[in-house]
Amino acid sequence: MSDRMEGVKKLFESKSARVETNRGDAYYSRLFEQCQARLGELRAQEPLNRLDFSELLAEQGTDRRDFMKWVSATTAMLMLPPMFAPLVAEAAELMNRAPVIWLELQDCAGNSEALLRSDGPKIEEIVLDIISLEFHETLMAPSGHQAEKQLEDAMEHFKGKYLLFVEGSIPVGAGKDWCTIGASGENFVDHLTRVAEGAAAVVAVGACATFGGIPAAAPNPTGAVGVMDVIKGKPVINIPACPANPANMVGVVLHYILTGQIPELDSLLRPKFAFGYRIHDNCERRAHFDAGEYVEEWGDAGAKNNFCLYKMGCKGPMTFNNCSIVRYNEGVNWPIGVGRGCIGCSEPDFWDKYAYERPMADAKIKAPTGGVEKSVDEFGLGLLTAAGIGIAIHAAASAIAGKKEDGGEA
Amino acid sequence: MSKKHIVVDPITRIEGHLRIEAVIDENNTIVDAYSSSTMFRGIETILQGRDPRDCGLLAMRICGVCTGTHYQRSIEAVEDAFEITIPKNARLVRNLIQGALYVHDHLVHFYHLHALDFVDVVSALSADPKATADEARKWAKVAGVSPYTYGESIFKEIQDRVAKFVKQGRLGIFGNGYWGNKHYKLTPEQNLIGVAHYLKALDIQRDLAKMQAIFGGKNPHPQSIVVGGVTCVQDIQNPSRIALFKQLLKDGTKFIKQAYLPDVYMAGTMYADEATDSKATFTELMQGKGVGGTGGGLLNYMSYGDFRLDDTGFYKSALLFPSGIVYNGDISKVEDVDPEKIAEDVTHSWYEGTKPLHPYDGQTIPNYTGLDKRADGIAYLKTNEKYSWIKSPIYNDSRVEVGPLARMVVGVARKDARITKYVMDFLTRGNLPVSVLFSTVGRTAARAIETTLMADVMVEWVDELAANAAGGDLSTWTEFDFDKVSVKTKGMGLAEAPRGSLGHWVRVENGKVANYQAVVPSTWNAAPRDYKGRMGAYEASLIGTKVADPEQPLEIIRTIHSFDPCIACAVHVVDTKGKELGVYKIDTQCSI
Repeated sequence: MSDRMEGVKKLFESKSARVETNRGDAYYSRLFEQCQARLGELRAQEPLNRLDFSELLAEQGTDRRDFMKWVSATTAMLMLPPMFAPLVAEAAELMNRAPVIWLELQDCAGNSEALLRSDGPKIEEIVLDIISLEFHETLMAPSGHQAEKQLEDAMEHFKGKYLLFVEGSIPVGAGKDWCTIGASGENFVDHLTRVAEGAAAVVAVGACATFGGIPAAAPNPTGAVGVMDVIKGKPVINIPACPANPANMVGVVLHYILTGQIPELDSLLRPKFAFGYRIHDNCERRAHFDAGEYVEEWGDAGAKNNFCLYKMGCKGPMTFNNCSIVRYNEGVNWPIGVGRGCIGCSEPDFWDKYAYERPMADAKIKAPTGGVEKSVDEFGLGLLTAAGIGIAIHAAASAIAGKKEDGGEA
Repeated sequence: MSKKHIVVDPITRIEGHLRIEAVIDENNTIVDAYSSSTMFRGIETILQGRDPRDCGLLAMRICGVCTGTHYQRSIEAVEDAFEITIPKNARLVRNLIQGALYVHDHLVHFYHLHALDFVDVVSALSADPKATADEARKWAKVAGVSPYTYGESIFKEIQDRVAKFVKQGRLGIFGNGYWGNKHYKLTPEQNLIGVAHYLKALDIQRDLAKMQAIFGGKNPHPQSIVVGGVTCVQDIQNPSRIALFKQLLKDGTKFIKQAYLPDVYMAGTMYADEATDSKATFTELMQGKGVGGTGGGLLNYMSYGDFRLDDTGFYKSALLFPSGIVYNGDISKVEDVDPEKIAEDVTHSWYEGTKPLHPYDGQTIPNYTGLDKRADGIAYLKTNEKYSWIKSPIYNDSRVEVGPLARMVVGVARKDARITKYVMDFLTRGNLPVSVLFSTVGRTAARAIETTLMADVMVEWVDELAANAAGGDLSTWTEFDFDKVSVKTKGMGLAEAPRGSLGHWVRVENGKVANYQAVVPSTWNAAPRDYKGRMGAYEASLIGTKVADPEQPLEIIRTIHSFDPCIACAVHVVDTKGKELGVYKIDTQCSI
């Protein structure tokens, strides 16, 4: 695993692999001081729970060296210079100050399952142990009114301090009252609004909670929307993908602990540390794309040789996420590795725009780049140019969003 | 004292949104029960009009827990419609992807979704670590193995860790549990074993999920299955991938055999009084002659059959799990399953309709009539009317139960050599009668037996796959002429998901989905009453159960959890024959 961490770190730090995010020495010096002050405050607080971190690592069979490797890879992933590594390590140790409430709405529990697959230095245990997971329907012991009481207690006890993770979309149309939770039959909109009230920030996890996901796919029978369409006047962070990569969930929590703020977001409210990368730019099959070597049908000679999957419908060129770097299940594989291609699951409306096994050219769907590819054969050069423009648009939109935040709620 | 009507919402440690209401008499015995799903998405409607080749990925999002199973069923329904026979490599890879799901899902279910119904975390604090080590050895011996966790010092360490955790006050997900309830029957030492394995299983499940990711790309929501075969040819031809799969399987199997199985013996034995209490059953109430024990319920068991063992094609191949239906717990008789006899009724479901309909003719027009809000602040189900988003599936005009227990019962009734051996070995070692299976504990034991069987048979499949690839066969996909086969056709994917019988029905016209319907395991099990007022499997299973404290629904959730509810799956959808999506009218449903 350590080797993989080294690899991840290298990829995140290599010039070609990332969007330029260097904000300059003055910025980082100021941020560094902010983080130090923040961690100092946290240290001074009564620990919420329990364990001595280094003891815990030892119990987990993780030594300090492995932990520091994870820290340095994670620092890189959060787009921070190496000088922040000691602070990231301390933030990990102080994670027990982060109470988390996790709501499930129109969901499939896929993101909860993904959370359980979290890795790092045996991070799944650390997440369960170190953050204080106050309410999580899929994992919690009590049901019924004892469960509801647990939620009320946590909301009261940690008022203004808890991070609210939301999984699943919210029906606001025809299905608004069709979905209820609790003995009083509260609908999902009211439930979410009430629980979000006392949250420090709301983290929408997965495709459904961010952009509506599958319930919002055409014809959107229930009028499903994402969290950001319901919750106003609160910082909302989107961690899309189906399911979200647990590395990105942990990254957001760490960033919050470290800085007391939500991470820098793009125009779709996605943390740039995770969604500042285009799948295509870091794809292990990119050289085949450039060379014009494509899989033409499933299982052909190209497939046996790991050729580019663009013609089989891969939407890596349109999709921003770090899965080509972080991969899934401790780096075991990912959708392009398995020869299928990307379905664009971290992008809004991907079920209607991207998730089919033909290239967009055939579908005559407008690319986010603004162009319509007429045929696969014309695509090669066109895309390279268009993609450059796409990134530029994306970056510009993000910069504007960033400015708004500077003067706004964040 | 009069009867009490209690509402348990949300039921936690499940997938989805489920509510149970129960009526408890003056003797604290459950005399009536209602199961309701309170969430709806409408996925089947969303599938209308799409390219049938793309449906698998969407259908998979019905559920992220039994992830991959709806994916494959959807793809296979389309393959059945197109009359495609997939290559051997594809069949084996699919078996391995689904097999990995079974072992992962069953393990997570037992430890993380179900164990806290048996294991009192707080009681583990007063255990004697040395006696705990002896206890672990004792149950491992029953299972015929050495214990996975052994030695006083390990149990002491875990106990210290839990003690620190409890001392700091905030119990997180363990907060507000039913700790101390007298229907927690394990000793402190047994509870400590349970807690130790709960924590260890968090680690193990991560590795088991990797098996699915090797050939599936990721977990949850793998991505390598396509109409015609699979895409992961690179992973098949790479010996190091096969080797990694086998290593993960081997490590997981060790935990399954040396921890999971002994723990099921331990819990089962401590709850044997309930599992054999034939008076506390639905059959006692309905027929005056109880069979099995607490939580038994309907006693009609159905399996569609699954896991093809040869390449003769759908509905022709020999199967790992045979198909069949057993009525009234009578394993001396088994009938064939006829898909034509499946129907769905909506008398008590939030849809319009007047009589049970076959999935191909199904109609789903939402008709939400709401809850009954009363002065006490609680909104009750209108149990005389409609009260759930789940429809009531009926087989041959009977209510049936599906799941691992049904598969084991049907397997034994079919005299399947492999299944009979695993089931009888388990019962013989534990010195248990067959009737013990017809109970809450039996349902949980059947799942453990099946996990062991699956872990063993997967070794055969992965070796077969490696040998086939090494022999030069790298074929992973069967070509078909989409334009030709998709003009007008229909097909079904009938198979077994971890939670039971799963069917996807698809009708294709002019290259698009004209109609899509899924009837899933938790629809069968979690359904409300039907047009004759007959209870669904969850409802029936609660009848006769004695509760220690009506304020604490511990016994209710224990029995409901023994089915491993997956409610997102259970609400499915319907047909929009002839309607354009533009003028779409809600007619489908949702699944939680």
